[in-house]
Amino acid sequence: MEHIISVTVENKFGVLSRVAGLFSGRGFNIESLSVAPTLDPSMSQMTIVTSGDERIIEQIVKQLNKLIDVIKVVDLNETEFVSRETAIIKVHTKDVDRAEALRIVDIFRANVIDSTPTTYTIEVSGDPKKIEAIINLLQPLGIKELVRTGRVAVAREPVRQAAVQAKKIARE
Amino acid sequence: MKLTGAEIFIECLKREGVKTLFALPGGVVLKIFDTLYQQKDVEVILTRHEQGAGHMAEGYAKATGKAGVCLVTSGPGMTNVITALADAYMDSVPVVCFSGQVPTSLIGNDAFQEADNIGLSRPCTKYNFLVKDVNDLAATIKEAFYIATTGRPGPVLVDIPKDVSMAKADFTYPNSVSIRGYNPTVEGNKWQIKQAAEAIMKAKKPILYVGGGVVFSGASQELLELAEMTQIPVDMTLMGLGAFPGEHPLSMGMLGMHGTYQANMAMHYSDLVIAIGARFDDRVTGKVSEFCPHAKVIHVDIDPTSIRKNIHVDIPIVGDCRTVLRELNQILRATVNGEQKDLRKPWWDQIRDWQQAHPLAYHQEKEGPIKPQQVVKRLYELTKDRDPIVATDVGQHQMWAAQYFKLAKPNRWLTSGGLGTMGFGFPAAMGAQAAFRDRLVLCIAGDGSIQMNMQEMATAVLSKLPVKIIILNNGFHGMVRQWQDLFYEGRYASSNLGTTPDFVKLAEAYGAVGLRVKKVGDLDAVLKEALATDKPVIVDVPTYPYENCYPMIPAGGCNHEMILEDPPELKMKQSGGDKVTPEDKDTVLTA
Repeated sequence: MEHIISVTVENKFGVLSRVAGLFSGRGFNIESLSVAPTLDPSMSQMTIVTSGDERIIEQIVKQLNKLIDVIKVVDLNETEFVSRETAIIKVHTKDVDRAEALRIVDIFRANVIDSTPTTYTIEVSGDPKKIEAIINLLQPLGIKELVRTGRVAVAREPVRQAAVQAKKIARE
Repeated sequence: MKLTGAEIFIECLKREGVKTLFALPGGVVLKIFDTLYQQKDVEVILTRHEQGAGHMAEGYAKATGKAGVCLVTSGPGMTNVITALADAYMDSVPVVCFSGQVPTSLIGNDAFQEADNIGLSRPCTKYNFLVKDVNDLAATIKEAFYIATTGRPGPVLVDIPKDVSMAKADFTYPNSVSIRGYNPTVEGNKWQIKQAAEAIMKAKKPILYVGGGVVFSGASQELLELAEMTQIPVDMTLMGLGAFPGEHPLSMGMLGMHGTYQANMAMHYSDLVIAIGARFDDRVTGKVSEFCPHAKVIHVDIDPTSIRKNIHVDIPIVGDCRTVLRELNQILRATVNGEQKDLRKPWWDQIRDWQQAHPLAYHQEKEGPIKPQQVVKRLYELTKDRDPIVATDVGQHQMWAAQYFKLAKPNRWLTSGGLGTMGFGFPAAMGAQAAFRDRLVLCIAGDGSIQMNMQEMATAVLSKLPVKIIILNNGFHGMVRQWQDLFYEGRYASSNLGTTPDFVKLAEAYGAVGLRVKKVGDLDAVLKEALATDKPVIVDVPTYPYENCYPMIPAGGCNHEMILEDPPELKMKQSGGDKVTPEDKDTVLTA
């Protein structure tokens, strides 16, 4: 099963290789990994999308925690979370296709961030299904280049859960 | 006053109580060696190979419980010490290794003797540091010792570029360390410990399964109290030998692939496995799906990743073995009564039956070839009053040593368990001897593995480390030959060493003492002579080449399905075809 793991790490050299080395050395799978500094520049936030059965995920979380440069590990699947991915897609646009490309951009609330007489460069952000969908639609036009960020994710604030809990208690 | 990086290095070692440094110089660490040369607080033991330096640091650490320290140069110095670091990582040995690095301005330029020390050591160290600024050196060394010796211990590498060892900085040594991503759990969860105590009270067929964690946390006394109070038998892993007295009536000996019959049977049929500081290694579990099929499992370990890595655990307790056992004992002291003894009487009857049915056994004829087990057994009996430290290499001799050398106390057993590093024993023994100059340190080796770090004999002679090496010389990589006999139809592919040096002459060539046991009748006399010598000694003991180590659970086999002796076809073959030598009952010895 797919899991999104959010990892707070020290922002210093070599940390990425420790995390990546842990996954490769133990045969764990990385689907995507994104990393950038947090508000506190001494720390970075990694979002790792991985998959495995319960035992493997438990090991991944424990092994990540064991790394000395890792400050915090959260398996987001254990809570509610929101996740987003951005893709930048360069498509061929012959005259006849330009309007079609723009329509698709419109439907997906994507943006054209660069344009030449023969290409549009489109930026789209959303959950992976949305990205897959726009890619499928743009493919017939001819995709010249495609880059994806991999997912970033954050746990939802437990407001709703708290509300549900409060209601439950009230009912009892 | 400002100190150079090299001076800071030495000051830090002194603050950490390091008296012995196992080291080999090279271009980029010359400044450090030059500074070491001009002081007397830290003794430098010059090794002949960096792997030797690493294993010596391990031996020192295992015998003392403190961090062992080694210093190597860049490039090949670093790559040579990797095996020792990997070994220390697998067996959780606190080692701090300092490596030289090319000047910071040259890093990444493929400079002479440059290697990516951090990249090379990352998968085989607990942590590693590259010190880019001399102002960070002292704090880094403090952190290195802290990480190596706390939590689950392990090796830590500190990479020091040449310019950092020469640059100057003010020296202040931090009093404490705080690393926000590193906070080992020492205290076990109280509720879980209570659950464990309840399970122990109720169990009809409990077994203690203890490993190296008990040794490292110094929990032997607590373990003894637990076992005696609850009358639970104790299985030890290879790394756990010495954690519980080997001759204690509750001791089942070693478990696992070459464990005793009773240890493995008790594990398989138990209803409660109490694992303490052990990690359910594949050499212990055998076939995981049929491991301890009837048992509830309690697992105490300081490393959360060890828990539920291989085996389902019912009551996990993350914490230091000693701290957890104290808490557990406290609860049990108030609850244990005579009832448990009655409850477990059938279990003990069963265990005593197993012990009697298949004790460790071998067959030594009075005039026949020397059996390796006989050598270990006599060595044990001749030395046990001197409380020796015993190192081994890896292979058949290691397993016989584990079976027949019944250690009474922890920190006496230096062996390479997880990585199975041939060539470990001799340098590890030297490391222990360097820590305890007056103690008896033995190294039980094979003729194959001793040759992997033979060069360190020069170090032993030079540094006056009078280790006694007993070579069980069978002319083979014996364990490989055993597997070939059992699983590869006796095709001895590259296991027959063909030619081995004359170890007596070799010892003498180095300026050590060489002795040889020519026949079984001379064994005691020669061993005694060796033990009475105050120099490094090699005792070459030519042994019966085809002796196999039993019991044996084939890799991936089930724990209660042990091979207990040579299969009939192998017996036929080894006795020279059709005739089988009659067994002389009078000479069957058991231990």
